[in-house]
Formats: sequence, C-alpha cells, structure tokens
Amino acid sequence: MDNREKIVAILQKVSKKNSVPAADESLFDSGFLDSFALPDMVGELETAFQIKIPDSDLNPRKFETISRIESYIGNRK
Amino acid sequence: MAVLKAFGAYLPARIVPNQELAYKLNRTPDWILDVSGIEQRRYAAENQSVADMAVAAASQCLERAGMTAADIGLLIVGSGSSERRFPGPASIVANRLGAGSAPALDVPMASAGGLFGIALAAQLAEVYGNILVVAAEKMSTVATHEPMEPGVAVLFGDGAGACVVSRGQGASRIVDSILHSDGAFAEDLRLEFDAPLAMNGRSVIMQASRKIPGAITELLERNRTCAAAIKIFLMHQANQNLIDRVAKTLEVQPEMFYSNIRRYGNTSSASMLIAASEWWQSPGPSPGDLICFAAFGAGFHWGALLVEA
Repeated sequence: MDNREKIVAILQKVSKKNSVPAADESLFDSGFLDSFALPDMVGELETAFQIKIPDSDLNPRKFETISRIESYIGNRK
Repeated sequence: MAVLKAFGAYLPARIVPNQELAYKLNRTPDWILDVSGIEQRRYAAENQSVADMAVAAASQCLERAGMTAADIGLLIVGSGSSERRFPGPASIVANRLGAGSAPALDVPMASAGGLFGIALAAQLAEVYGNILVVAAEKMSTVATHEPMEPGVAVLFGDGAGACVVSRGQGASRIVDSILHSDGAFAEDLRLEFDAPLAMNGRSVIMQASRKIPGAITELLERNRTCAAAIKIFLMHQANQNLIDRVAKTLEVQPEMFYSNIRRYGNTSSASMLIAASEWWQSPGPSPGDLICFAAFGAGFHWGALLVEA
C-alpha cells in the first residue's frame, strides 16, 4: 500500500465515509473533515507513518487535501 | 506554599436560549447544541460592565472566605473583553470592593486568564498574603458584533468567577502548575478593538486538542500521578465537544470533567472559575482529593494546575 492509499484509508476511517475525494479537493469543504475530526486524522497519521507531527506543523492548510497530506508525509519520512 | 480559600461566581439574570440566536443566525437550536453542547447562555444588561460582574463574583468569594477586601494584599483581574484600552477593570474592582491601595493587576488574556491568575497568585502569595483572583467577561458584546458569525455568536456568554489564594498550608493546597504560551498562532484567535472576533476554528480546536491534554499529562507525570487518580477536572468551558475530546485523550470518562457549558456557554476567562465555584459548593472536595484545573485560549496560552483538597 503506497502513502496515498494509506492516507485515503485513514481518511475513510476517521470520516466514516467510503468514498474517495479527489487529490486536490478540500477535505473540509467536501465534508470529510471538520474541526474535531482533524485532530483524529493527525493522530492516525502519526501512528500509521510512525512520525511525531510537532504542534508547530499543525496548520489546517497542511492537511486540507490528500495531495498536501501526501506531500507533508513525504517530506517527513 | 499556597492554598485556595474560597470561590465565588456571578451570572447575569438574562437567559438567552438557542431559539433566540437560531432565529437571528438562520440556524436551528439543535445545530447550536450539536456543534457546541450549549443550550443557553447569560447576557449582561447593556449598562452592566466587566467590573460590575467582577465585583459581584469577588464579593461572594470574599464572603465565603470569611474575609473583607481589607484582607487582600493583591488583586488580579483577568478579562479579554474589557471596555477600553486602559485602565483595565482591576483598579476599579479594587476600589469598589474597598481594597484600599492594594495593587491591582490586569491580565488581559481571554480564556486562559483565570488559570494564569491562580498560578501566578500561588507564586506571589508568599509576598502578598491573600490574593483575590477574579475573571470577568462581557462576551455578549463580542458575540453580537455585526456581522454576526454563527460559529462565534452561539458560543459565548457573560459572567464572572473569583477565588482567594492565600499563603500557607492546609486544605486545598496548590501542589503545582504548568503554564505555556506560543505566539506562533496569535493571529488564529484575536479580538481587535471594535471588530468582530477573528477565529480560525480548525486551528484553535487542533491546537487545544493537543495542548490541553499535553499540559495535564506533563503536570500529572511531574507529580507522579495520573488522570485516573483525579477526582474532578475543572477545565475552561470552551466547547463540550472539546471537553469530551480531552477526556478521551486522557482515557478517562467525560463525567470526570465538570461541565456547565450547557447552561452558560463559553464565558472565556471566567468559565473555569465559575465551574470551580459551582463544583466546590456541590459536591465539593473531600480531604485528599486531587483536582486538576486546565485552560487554553488566545495567544495561544495554556496550562494546568493541580490542587490537593
């Protein structure tokens, strides 16, 4: 499973939705994430990718789309 | 060493139910309850000031402590919604209480102001003796500022809380505290003069969801205890969903977090002291109980404080 597939699987788990958003679609505007689901998403990403995301990186824009999350994770690994 | 002597609170008489705001905001009362856990809040009268509410809460607190204002060596007043740039409400509150020329310090910090006030008082009690910490907010002026933003307008209410922190040992001993600030996110929650509240809700919730449990865990581990050993958590009443999330992160039942947000909404710096005042009256602490305070607010400022009853 590549990074994008892992991110989508986490998103589906957190959002409890089975659909897959477009890579550059806002996860907030499309209803996949809200203010309270976002911290869950970040926590799941930390576990799945075995990284610690520092509070200073917790800018919602960094996690707004699948592409941005993938880019962030890629830079951290 | 410092102890908590007593708490007091004041809530304005006017109750503003969700129905009243829902109509103005084109939302439903259930939507408000769902996003915030709030059913109603209190609004002060138009001519009622932050200082008016602070004096009311402080007076009740002094009475419960068996003290008069003459016994107070230092007054600390937290408020993020005071009416003008300066002077802040502290000197006015001191004057109206009859605290003579005791120094009166403003803490214009918003939501974390009550916690920072108590933590600082615990350090300063050795010098000043009895310290009256008050937090008062007239957030209705913020919530109803046009253009009204539904995500902001539904959250806030007015009120004041107070406590006396005294030098010495005994019941309700302040064991330890942890305070933190991080200006990197200062723009994400701010209130300019004569402007609506600017809030990046996603950033606030994400940071608060991590920083509050982080501070609590840091404090409890430093004192060789754990969340399960705490009798009650008295946290800033920001949003019921946030309170529940912090409980979940700490792996304790949500009932371990006292909550009155359903009745009062988010009263910013006053909320933690109002919650403490209510809980201390009923059911209140038993000897040996560990009580954990926590808050997070604009700045960002956050922290936690541990008390042994």
